[in-house]
Amino acid sequence: MRRVVVTGTGAISALGNNVADFWRALLAGVSGIRKIQGMDQWQIRFQNGAEVLDYVAEDHFETPQIGFMDRFAQFAVLTAREAIAQAGIEWTQSLRETTAVITGCCLGGRSIEETGYYELFHNGRSRVHPLTIPLSMSNAGASHISMQFGLEGPAYTISTACASSTHAIGQAFWMVRSGAAPMAIAGGSEAPFFLGNLKAWEALRVISKDTCRPFSAERSGMILGEGGAMLVLEPLETALARGARPIAEIVGFGMSADASHITQPASTGASRAMRLAIKDSGLAPEQFGYINAHGTATEANDRTEAAAIRCTFNEHTDQLAVSSTKSMHGHALGAAGALEAVACVLSLRDGMLPPTANFLSPDPACDLDVIPNQARACAVEACLSNSFAFGGLNAVLAFKAFA
Amino acid sequence: MKVIATSKRIPIESVQPDSSFESLGMDSLDRLNILFDLESEFDIEINDEDAKQVTSIREMIEGVTHLVQAKNSASPGE
Repeated sequence: MRRVVVTGTGAISALGNNVADFWRALLAGVSGIRKIQGMDQWQIRFQNGAEVLDYVAEDHFETPQIGFMDRFAQFAVLTAREAIAQAGIEWTQSLRETTAVITGCCLGGRSIEETGYYELFHNGRSRVHPLTIPLSMSNAGASHISMQFGLEGPAYTISTACASSTHAIGQAFWMVRSGAAPMAIAGGSEAPFFLGNLKAWEALRVISKDTCRPFSAERSGMILGEGGAMLVLEPLETALARGARPIAEIVGFGMSADASHITQPASTGASRAMRLAIKDSGLAPEQFGYINAHGTATEANDRTEAAAIRCTFNEHTDQLAVSSTKSMHGHALGAAGALEAVACVLSLRDGMLPPTANFLSPDPACDLDVIPNQARACAVEACLSNSFAFGGLNAVLAFKAFA
Repeated sequence: MKVIATSKRIPIESVQPDSSFESLGMDSLDRLNILFDLESEFDIEINDEDAKQVTSIREMIEGVTHLVQAKNSASPGE
C-alpha cells in the first residue's frame, strides 16, 4: 500500500475565491455569513447565508464554456484548476489516461430545473432550456474537470448529502493508496442559493435566523453556504520524485450508517466512523490533536457529535481541540467536507488551528475545547475531519502532518 | 386535533386535549409535519421558537387560536 499525500488544494467560498483568501479568513476568525443577496427576502423566514461574492464567470471561463456549466460545476472546475496548478502536475499521456476524478455534490444544478419548472407551471410555457439535463446533473462537476484537463481515468460523483465530498475524498484516497489510480482530483462543490431550495430548508426549521454558532449555548441552527474545494492526491514517492512539496499526508478514512433516523443523528454511528478512520490510519487515538467537526450548530448535531467524540477518544477528549469552520464558510452541503479537508491539511502544514467563530458561551452538553473565536498556534501530529449526513451516513477522514 | 390524527394516521379518539406530544409518540419530523399542516389549514405562520415551547395538544390549540385571532383582527375586512 502506498502512502498518499495532498499536493494541491483549491477552494472557493464565502471567504474568498481562492485557498489563500480562505485560509487567511479562517485564521482571522472572519465569518463569511451575510444577508443573502438577490432574493426576495419577504419570501423567506431567514435572512443570512454564506454566499460566494464577487464571482464573475467570465473572469474564469470562455463565454462558450459558461453556457454549458451551472454555477456548481464552475466551482468544481475552478477549484480543480487551482489545486492542479498548486500541485505543479506535469501531465503525461499515461497520467491523463489513469487519473481519477471523484466529486461530491448534493443538489447539483437543481436551480436550472427550478427555472424550467417555473416556465412550465407558472408561465405556461411549453418548453424548457435544452441543456436542462446536462446542466443540472450532479456529475457535471466531475465531467467538466475530466474534459478540461483531458483526464480519462475513473470519474464519478458521490451524493451523500452533507457528507458527499468527504466520501469522495475518502474513495479517492483508497484508490490512490491501493494503486487503482496513480493520482486523484477529489472534492466537491455546491450552489444551493435558489428559492425552492431555501424554502425546503426553511420548512425543515433548522436554519438560524441569527448566525452559525456551533457548540455555543446560544446556537440556533445552521447557515447554508456555497462554494467548492478540491484536493490533488498522489503517492508520496511520486510526489517526492517529481519534486512536489506535500502539504500533508492523508492517512485514514472511515464510514458508517446510523441505520436509525432520516434526520436525527445517532452518536454511535458517528463514533464508529471516527474509530474506523483512526484504525485505517494506523495511528493511536492519542496521536490526534485536532478535529474539524461537522459542527452544524443545530441542537441535534452538536450534542450528538460532542458525545460521539467523547465516546471515541475517552479521556484523550480533553487533550483535543475541536472547531467548526462552518461558523465561517457556512454549511456548503456537498462541498462542506472538501472545504473542511482543505482547512485540515493547511492546519497541519502551518501548525495553526482555525477557531469556532461566533462563539458566545459554552453549552455543558458540548463539553469540548472548541477553540472559541481565535485561531490557535498548535502543531498537532494528526487530525480528523468529520462529516455526518442527513440520512445517517457518516464519513471521516484522517490527516497527518508531513514531516 | 383532526390535523394531528390525520398527520399521524391515528384514530381521532386517541388524540385528547391533554395528550402530550411525547405520549403520542411524536418525534421531530412528526412535529415538522404537524406545523406544516397547521400553517396550511389555518393560513398562519408559526415561528420556530414559539413552536419549540409547545409540548401538548392543549398548548398547541391555544397557540394556534391565538395566531388565528391575531390574523383575523389584523384583517377585519375579511
